[in-house]
Amino acid sequence: MTAAVRVDGLRVRRGGAEILHGIHATISTGSITGLLGPSGSGKTTLLRCLVGVQIIAAGSVDVLGLPAGDPALRTRVGYVTQSPAVYTDLTVIENLRYFAAVVGAHEGDVDRVLDAVGLHDSGSHVVGRLSGGQQTRVSLATALLGTPELLVLDEPTVGLDPVLRRDLWQLFAQLARDGVSLIVSSHVMDEAQHCERLLLLREGSVLADGTPTELCRRAGTDDLDDMFLRLIEAAA
Amino acid sequence: MNARITLATARRVLNQLRRDPRTVALLFVVPAVLLSLLRWMLANQRANFDHIGAPVLAIFPFVAMFVVTSVATLRERTTGTLERLLTMPIHKLDLLLGYAIAFGAVAVVQVGISASLALGPLGLRVAGAGWLLFVVGVLDALLGMALGLFLSAFARTEFQAVQFMPAVVFPQLLLCGLLTPRHSMDAALRTISDLLPLTYAIDAMQRVTRATGVGHGIVIDLVVVAATTVAALLLGAATLRRRSG
Repeated sequence: MTAAVRVDGLRVRRGGAEILHGIHATISTGSITGLLGPSGSGKTTLLRCLVGVQIIAAGSVDVLGLPAGDPALRTRVGYVTQSPAVYTDLTVIENLRYFAAVVGAHEGDVDRVLDAVGLHDSGSHVVGRLSGGQQTRVSLATALLGTPELLVLDEPTVGLDPVLRRDLWQLFAQLARDGVSLIVSSHVMDEAQHCERLLLLREGSVLADGTPTELCRRAGTDDLDDMFLRLIEAAA
Repeated sequence: MNARITLATARRVLNQLRRDPRTVALLFVVPAVLLSLLRWMLANQRANFDHIGAPVLAIFPFVAMFVVTSVATLRERTTGTLERLLTMPIHKLDLLLGYAIAFGAVAVVQVGISASLALGPLGLRVAGAGWLLFVVGVLDALLGMALGLFLSAFARTEFQAVQFMPAVVFPQLLLCGLLTPRHSMDAALRTISDLLPLTYAIDAMQRVTRATGVGHGIVIDLVVVAATTVAALLLGAATLRRRSG
């Protein structure tokens, strides 16, 4: 499989301190990669590097064969930030119509993404009056507009109820089957079971990288939470 | 640059305003109420009202647009929608022109209401044409908007953005020639006054008050106001960074 993302020796400094210490990673095309790690481990910074909004100190980040942040990638990469970056004073439909115009997606695409995130009945609601989980889904729907080849999702399932979480993971799996590459961050280890590959991040370094089965075998446990703990201990 | 995205942005900003009817009411009603108050205060001094009516008419939209746009764009920065937009195929100027068109439309209505009220029921008498009063008023409002857009880049919180009003607008109000005639100012103050854009905005209004027709002086004033507006928009675009630390 070709790599959708290739990260080489990536270092990021912020406020004098180094946040990412030489990350190497690849993300294969048409798969779901889970970026797991405790809060503060550098997940968001790494994702910001992939979409090209983060100033990097060293190393390289290639996305779909181009340097991250290349103007040609702006219609090919969808990005969902941790807190929903949508207009809370507009309705769901007004938000999606605007972003559709910006990415050059046709009008019908708004219906498609609303269906995909299960928000069809809330289209005319003002986003600010929706629940946190619904706002997250509006933000996710925005990233699905057009035909993104890579989706960078920062904790998209946090705070959602279990049924919704399952539905979203099914949606992610469907997208991956359609050839979209996804990188999904989470600080909940249980989410690892939905990913084909895992990238475990701790204190700005990659702790481990592999399929969930591989990593569990390496750690000698079936429990995902336990696996992370044991890998930390092994590294120390 | 892309006209479709620019217009979609203008429509989006207007939609956001529409969802905040209280702000819209304040934008349209407050200048009218203040002008009426001024007329009442000067009930027995018609000449004074005629003298300062037009400049004051320009100040209210200038100040209101400055505050509203600086808070609106700051909100775009702090809620993450700006960062999201900048990962998308939007040109920075598409975004700023979208804002300019939306708030320009608001300024047209705002100045239209104030100018009609002033020239009609309040009986403001100016030597120049009513349409010129309106054009100068709208250009002054657009200047306030562009300065607000640009300066919002230097505010991290809405508190700071609102404080830019006294910091940036008040010195211009003091030195624009409305409180003290510019020719009686100290040379140093006069030089500073020459460098402040509101000076030209107010001077244009004073010329509409005094003279008929479109004279040489008013054209220079309006060119300075328009050029400063464009420069502030371009500087505003330069403050939008696709990459940050």
